[in-house]
Parts: sequence; C-alpha cells; structure tokens
Amino acid sequence: MTPELFIQYLFAGITYGIIYAIVAIGFNIIYNTTGIINFAQGEFVMLGGMIAITMNAFMPIPLAIGLAVLITMIVGALIEMVFIRWLVNPSVLRMIIITIGISILAREVALHIWGESVRALPYFIGNEVTSVSILGARISPQVLWVIGVCSLMVAGLSLFFKFTSLGREMRACAANRRAATLCGINTKNMVTLSFILSAGIGAVAGCVMSPITYSDYEMGPSLAIKGFTVAILGGLGNSLAAVTAGLLLGIIEAFSVSVLPLAFQDAIATSILLIILFIRPHGLFGSSEAASLKEF
Amino acid sequence: MELLKRYIPVLFLLALVVAFQLVTHFTETTYYLTQLTMSAYYSIVVIGLCVLMGYGGQISLGHAGFFAIGGYLAGALTTHNLISLKHHALVSFLDKLGLLVTSSDLYGGELLTVEPWAACITAVLSAGIIGLAIGGPVLKLKGHYLAMATLGFGIIIFRIALASAYFGEADGISGVPAFMLLPGIEVSGGFGARVLNYYIAWGVLIVGIILLLNLIHSRVGRALRSIHGAEEAANAMGINTARYKLYIFVLSAVFAALAGVLVTHYNGGIGPSEAGVMKSVRYVAIVAVGGMANIWGALIMGIVLNFLSLRGVFGSYDDAVFGIILIAIMLFAPQGILQINPWQQIKSRLSLLSPKSGEEATD
Repeated sequence: MTPELFIQYLFAGITYGIIYAIVAIGFNIIYNTTGIINFAQGEFVMLGGMIAITMNAFMPIPLAIGLAVLITMIVGALIEMVFIRWLVNPSVLRMIIITIGISILAREVALHIWGESVRALPYFIGNEVTSVSILGARISPQVLWVIGVCSLMVAGLSLFFKFTSLGREMRACAANRRAATLCGINTKNMVTLSFILSAGIGAVAGCVMSPITYSDYEMGPSLAIKGFTVAILGGLGNSLAAVTAGLLLGIIEAFSVSVLPLAFQDAIATSILLIILFIRPHGLFGSSEAASLKEF
Repeated sequence: MELLKRYIPVLFLLALVVAFQLVTHFTETTYYLTQLTMSAYYSIVVIGLCVLMGYGGQISLGHAGFFAIGGYLAGALTTHNLISLKHHALVSFLDKLGLLVTSSDLYGGELLTVEPWAACITAVLSAGIIGLAIGGPVLKLKGHYLAMATLGFGIIIFRIALASAYFGEADGISGVPAFMLLPGIEVSGGFGARVLNYYIAWGVLIVGIILLLNLIHSRVGRALRSIHGAEEAANAMGINTARYKLYIFVLSAVFAALAGVLVTHYNGGIGPSEAGVMKSVRYVAIVAVGGMANIWGALIMGIVLNFLSLRGVFGSYDDAVFGIILIAIMLFAPQGILQINPWQQIKSRLSLLSPKSGEEATD
C-alpha cells in the first residue's frame, strides 16, 4: 500500500468514523437522560438528509439544511411527547419494541414520501470531481466539511454540557433522576430536550454526509447499528470516548475494503459489535464495576 | 383431567383446520389454502419465539436469521450440482451412503444433489449448533444489549446470504425440488398438491404446539417462568438459569430453521428478504400482539396477520402496519390484545376450552 493510498483510506475512515460517532452521541444523549436506547436514531440522520434535499429545490443549501434540522428536531420532540413521555416505569423490553416500531414507521413514511430512489444534496463547494491535495492524496472538500462540522458539533456539545446551566441540568438528570427532580429540575422536559438534541445532531450529520454517501429511506438501520457499536465500544453514555471509538470503527471499515469484498463491510461492524458485547460489554474505556450497576 | 384440558384446544384447532379445508373445497376458494399453508409455516417460528420471549423473557431480533439458515442451507444443498465433484472422495462417500440423488435438468443434463431429508437434517442441525454457539455468550446479555446482539446476528446472516455466490446473492435460490417426507407425501408448491401441503403444514405446526405445550407445563417451563420473573431468585433456588435459557434459545432456533426448510421446499426457493431484519421484527411483533406468554395468542395472531399480509391486504403499507401494531400494543396493551377487556370476558366464558392462560400471562 502506497503512502498516498494509505492517507486516502485514512480520510475515508475518519469521514465515516466521525459520522458514526455523531450517531453514537445521539444514542448517548438519550440513554443518559432516560436509560433508553433509541433504535430510531438512524432515522433522524435519514430524515435530516432527505428533508434538506427536498427543501434544496426551493432555497439555497444553508437555508435548506437549517430548515431540515429544525423540522427533524420537531419530529424528535413529537416522538418523545407522543410515545415516551406519559409511560410510567416502562420495562426495557417495552421501550425497545416501541423505538423499533417508531423506526419502522419513520422509514415507511419516508418510503411513501420520497420513494425508493437514492438522492443526494449537491456538494457544498465545487462538485464530485473537485479535490484538494493533502499529503499526496486527493480529498474531496466535502470530506473536510463533514469532518469540520462534526468536530465542531462534538466540541459544542461538550461545552454545552459542561458550561451552560441547561447542559448541567441534563447531566444532573443523567446522574440521578430523582435527585435532579428534588433540586427543582423538570426531568420530563430534559428528556424531551435530549430527543430534540439528538435529532438535531443526527439531522446535521445527515445533511453534511448526503453529498458523499447519498441518502435513501433505508439508510437508518445500518447507521444505527454502527452508531450503537461505537457507543458500546466507547462505553455507553461516554460521548468523548464515542468519538475515539467511532474513528476506530471507521478506519477499520475503510481498510477492510482492501482485503474483503465491499458487500461484507456491514458484517464487519456487526461482528465487532458482537465481539465487544461478548468480551467487554462495558466498552473499551469503561469500567466493569460501573457497568454492572447500570440498568440495561 | 389436567391433561385433557391441555389438549382440548389442540383438538379444537384440528377440527377447525379440517373444517376450513372443507369450506374452501365446497365454496371453491381453495386458493386461500396457499396463504394458510405459508401462515402455518411462519407460525412455527412465532410459537418458538413465543416460548423464548414470553416464558424465558429473552428477546430475539434475529430469528429470521435462523429461518434463513434453515431455508438457505436446505435450498443450496438440494440445488447445488455436485456432478463436477463426482469423483471427489467426500462426494462419492456421501453417494454411497445414499445421501445424494441423481436427476436431470430441463436440458437433460445430469444433476447430482443432496437428498432433501439429508439436507433438511443438516440445515436444522446447523441452525441448532449455531444457536448453541452464539446462544452461550448472547444470553449472558440483558435488555438493550441482548436486543442489539441478536439484531447483529440477524444482520450478519442477511449480509452473508446477500454477499455469497453460493447462496445466490440478491437473487436467492430458486428451483428447489420437492421434499418427499414419505412416499406419496411431499412438500411442494404444485397446483394439485395444495390440499396435501395444507395438511402437512398444519400437521407440523400442531405437533410443534403439542411439544411446546408439554414443555411449558413441565419442569423446564416452570424454570423458565421463574427466570422471567426474577432471574437472581431463580438462580438462588438452584435453577441453572444459563442452561435453561440456552436450551430454549436453541429450541426456538430449531423451530425457525425447520420452518425455513419447509417454506423453501414449498415455495421452490428462498430470497434474502426472508433473512431481513424486518422479518425478525415482524415475528417479535406477532408474539407481542399475542400477549408474549401465550402460545395460543401468538398462534392466532401469527395466522391472522401473516394471512392478511400474504393476501396483500395491507398493500404497500405492509411493514408500516406491523410497525403501528408494535407501537400500539406496547403503548396501550403490553399484555397483548387478547388481554383487553371485551376479550377477557369472552375468554373467561371459554375458559374450559383454553389453557389457563390468564394465570400464565406475565409481561
């Protein structure tokens, strides 16, 4: 493998990896406030991309993306309010089945609105053949967009959770829901907020990735399973570790293409998921003692 | 008396099956039998999963994977021509054992394929062994992790089916020959064999039901229910929870694989959509609607929903219907729709006819 090819694969890996990390962070945000794994997380990414593509027919890209993200956030809030908010102490099995149902429904709605065709947003700068040269490899500027926007989102979220009062309230809710309620935090609203937030970041990722990876109605589940792999790899609930884990998975996948047929790419992520679940269910960076205290 | 009570519904079902066949015969609507045959086969998967989910309390989002292992292996073994390997030691050894059959294709070419019985046993055994192998580590997991791990297993099977030339990639396998169970009785999609196949399918299903009914009323069944109720407590009482969970997981995998084998022979082929995640979700949905720990509920829903779906009643909203059913049931009636009030009353009147499902039903 030549150094140029190596860098080419590396960038492909980082691009996908950071997208997986965003999906994983979406899982983590909701998991932290509710203890639910939202199986419909991949559908937020799909909705973001598809809505932006439709909107782009009437307005410039930045506006279309803004509107798409807004609409997806509203959808996220509605999902929480209609399906989750009023359940009293639902069992894990019940929540799994409900979120799976939501993901099916979202996919079917998308199928009836947009059909089966594969679409894409136009490239933000230039077109599919535009490229910049980095260390001898040819990289599309869109790749840099994906990496840049996603990194900014990760940084922004860390700051949000660390320094804003709202972010701290959400963290309090994650640490101990009852104690947070006693401190006067409206935990129900925090749950809605966590759905809005993870719908929002999913939608942004769906928009920036659309020109390279394309969008279609059934992209959600495979993204969700990879995002979940990454979330587990990093330790469920730990968003910064998810970024490391995401890059790891993305890079493994990108390099696997050079040895295995492309058709097996999805199977690799899933195999990694199974192996991690079997050997280290608390993640690469988590502690097993902490994990054994959590409710899965 | 206890035993009689358990089997009365089975006899009732048997009578219903015969009655329906007669009705379709006299009203000349025998085309319904095709979908009923398919529904019966899919219901074999459902009842197996019902015992795993409802009684053992373990969710599986990968049962279409086991169905596909059965179907694909049976399909591939009975269609893959071994003639070019005829002088290979292994092939000639199998041939000597009588496990291979020779036939000729449309153009008179010679075909050497595995005998359906041998293929069926291989397929079901393989599913059992795979279930045993992955069941061990998978069933140590709980909740979300268990759901994702089984989902992951299903996806891997789907990908393998879709990516390997041996399993026909996106086209799947076609031209699967008939499966002769006994001389004169064969599983095939032939026009004239419709009634016979209807009875074969329901026969297999009913045998499966009797097996599971006996199982859940035995020591194993009680152990499973105790695991579902409180795994730690069951462990403390000296129940080997890991072994029982594995046992029931493998059993449900074998049920799914057997259904896969029979459907493949009945349809004359199998495609990757049978292995898809949506299929697994569909089985879970049916079990949930039936009320989890309720074999009869799962059976009724399995037949009704599969029949409607196969008749194309839901049109292009097929998957959406199952999604809505899943959400609605879990939101409003996590005990299954047979537990909702008006039904409850009908049920209590029919209590003589049904096993004590009200008592058994847990979440």
